[in-house]
Amino acid sequence: MSLKLTIDGLAKEFPGRPVFSDISAVVEEGRRLVITGPNGSGKSTLVRILCAFNRPTRGSVGFEIDEKKLTHLEIRPHIGLVSPDMVLYDELTAIENLSFFAEVAGHRFEIPELERRLENIGLAGRGRDFVGSYSSGMKQRLKYCLALLREPEILILDEPTANLDERGKGLVDDIIRSHHGIVVIATNEKAELFYGDQFIRLGD
Amino acid sequence: MIWKVVLLLIISWVTVGAWVFPPPTPVIDNPEVFRIIYFHFPMAITTVVAYGLGMFYSIKYLSERNMKYDLREVASARLGTIFCVLAAVSGSIFAKNTWGSYWNWDPRETSIFMLLLVYGAYFALRSAVSDPDQRANLSAVYSIFGFVAAIFFIFIMPRIMPGLHPGAPKPTGGSEGSIITFNLETASVLIPSCLAYIGVFIWMKNLTVDITELGKGNKGV
Amino acid sequence: MATSSSGSATKAISLFLKDIKSEFRTRYAINAIAMFAVVTVFAISFAIKGTGLSTELQASLLWIVIYFSSLSGLAQSFVKEEESKTAMALRLYAPAEVIFAGKLLFNLVLLFGLNLITIPLFAIFISFEVASYPLFFAILLIGSTGLAVVTTFVAAIISKASVKGALFAVLSFPLILPLLVEAISGTKKAMTDGIAFGAARMEIQVLLSYLVIMVVLSFLLFEAVWND
Repeated sequence: MSLKLTIDGLAKEFPGRPVFSDISAVVEEGRRLVITGPNGSGKSTLVRILCAFNRPTRGSVGFEIDEKKLTHLEIRPHIGLVSPDMVLYDELTAIENLSFFAEVAGHRFEIPELERRLENIGLAGRGRDFVGSYSSGMKQRLKYCLALLREPEILILDEPTANLDERGKGLVDDIIRSHHGIVVIATNEKAELFYGDQFIRLGD
Repeated sequence: MIWKVVLLLIISWVTVGAWVFPPPTPVIDNPEVFRIIYFHFPMAITTVVAYGLGMFYSIKYLSERNMKYDLREVASARLGTIFCVLAAVSGSIFAKNTWGSYWNWDPRETSIFMLLLVYGAYFALRSAVSDPDQRANLSAVYSIFGFVAAIFFIFIMPRIMPGLHPGAPKPTGGSEGSIITFNLETASVLIPSCLAYIGVFIWMKNLTVDITELGKGNKGV
Repeated sequence: MATSSSGSATKAISLFLKDIKSEFRTRYAINAIAMFAVVTVFAISFAIKGTGLSTELQASLLWIVIYFSSLSGLAQSFVKEEESKTAMALRLYAPAEVIFAGKLLFNLVLLFGLNLITIPLFAIFISFEVASYPLFFAILLIGSTGLAVVTTFVAAIISKASVKGALFAVLSFPLILPLLVEAISGTKKAMTDGIAFGAARMEIQVLLSYLVIMVVLSFLLFEAVWND
């Protein structure tokens, strides 16, 4: 399998205010792209465009699997996303959240399988608790569990270690290093810049 | 330029013809009132044309995502609303003098009311969305919905509900058919009148679009 | 990975079941809708104090109460997802048509639940009497389904607007109006003694064709609203 993420001349403008312009990158399988930039430079906006939640003002995002080009909406099933803007259901338990998102995406998981996955991410025995009762670090861990659920080709991580303790950061480190597809990381943490094979610096 | 001259000539013909030719119907006791049909009917037609064009631009916007179509869509909707109000006002003056009261909830009057509601809601939606792309997107979707609902009203309801306008089944049962006798003289004024007001609408729409686009260009300088 | 590709209908039912579960745990919409229906029926009943109302007035009031009660709760389906920021995950995992079908199903159940409260209340407090039950239920079924389709779609639109306020009522009323007119006229006929089912054939035809148009448009245009 070969993967290729192409960002071509991307620009986004909000009314009367350009956010960024002329961003291009080609990311091949096994490589990691790090997006950096000060607050308000458009990191999250770029992440949203990569996930096809927003349209760019100019330019395009392309994704190829085995030479086959996907349209912007077809990219979504291949993405695992962790972002502060993405929230899970507080009134559902962790297991219910996971199995719900799996079901609407057309997958089915047995509960022991989901429990095993929660255990891997350090949430052993908490699968039947409401997500509303979780701490912010636990919620972040659950987002990783969901993002990895469909074994996505592209992992997009916006502020990957937000709210996580040392052990949590260690887990994220394992996840990023062991991922075989493409990893996109939007961050300002110095420690996370080292993951990058390629960089996009916004707001220069 | 030439078509503006043509438009001027047609409008002059219509204005003169509307007063000079005998009134369109001899049946009713006060036939002179019927001259308003030369203006009322074209207003109603132009309203539908304007809103229809607005919906066409909505579809263009949704398929191409180009803001220039949004601009044309709003311009058409605004002018459509002006013609809609003119049709309603001329219609109610006509109604007062033929059916006895300004508003009767005849199916066509209901349709006009429906159109004003839909486009009132359309403008309310536009002012409630701050992001321009989102505003263009949502209002294009709503205008398609609204126009189809209104069309349903305009073309279907009057044919199945009893009403006072020509073409509707009469409350008394049976269909009297049209009370307006369309002779050559009537048609020679009414048809040009419709074309002329549609022409005026297109001219106004193009001017509105040009002015907005020029305004945008200036801001950048 | 234990995957089994399932059809859109199964996915939509998953979303529907999720919404039911959420609703039972948070009572986000049920309480508002039920209280709205109860309060309005009591207010009408109190105002008329036993004086009989004409069938026209009863039929109109019934649909007005159903319409406005539904306004108080049906918007939540989408507004809640946007406000609690769960819409993003939903967008990433579920296809647009599945979202619309799931939310529509949930709103339909909510609306039929509302009918279940409103109609007995009308019968008891406003002496609402139906002469032809088959006709009445046919009108109620088609009318409510149409109402659910339009309000679900408009809810998706307003969840994207920055100012929500009265927008739900403003946007949905023109689209509901053709339905309300026919449903009221049909209900009135169903309350007339000795009426044949066929007497309201026109109303049923118009209601049905409007319903079909709205369903087709909703599924065509929902993706533009949801994904952008």
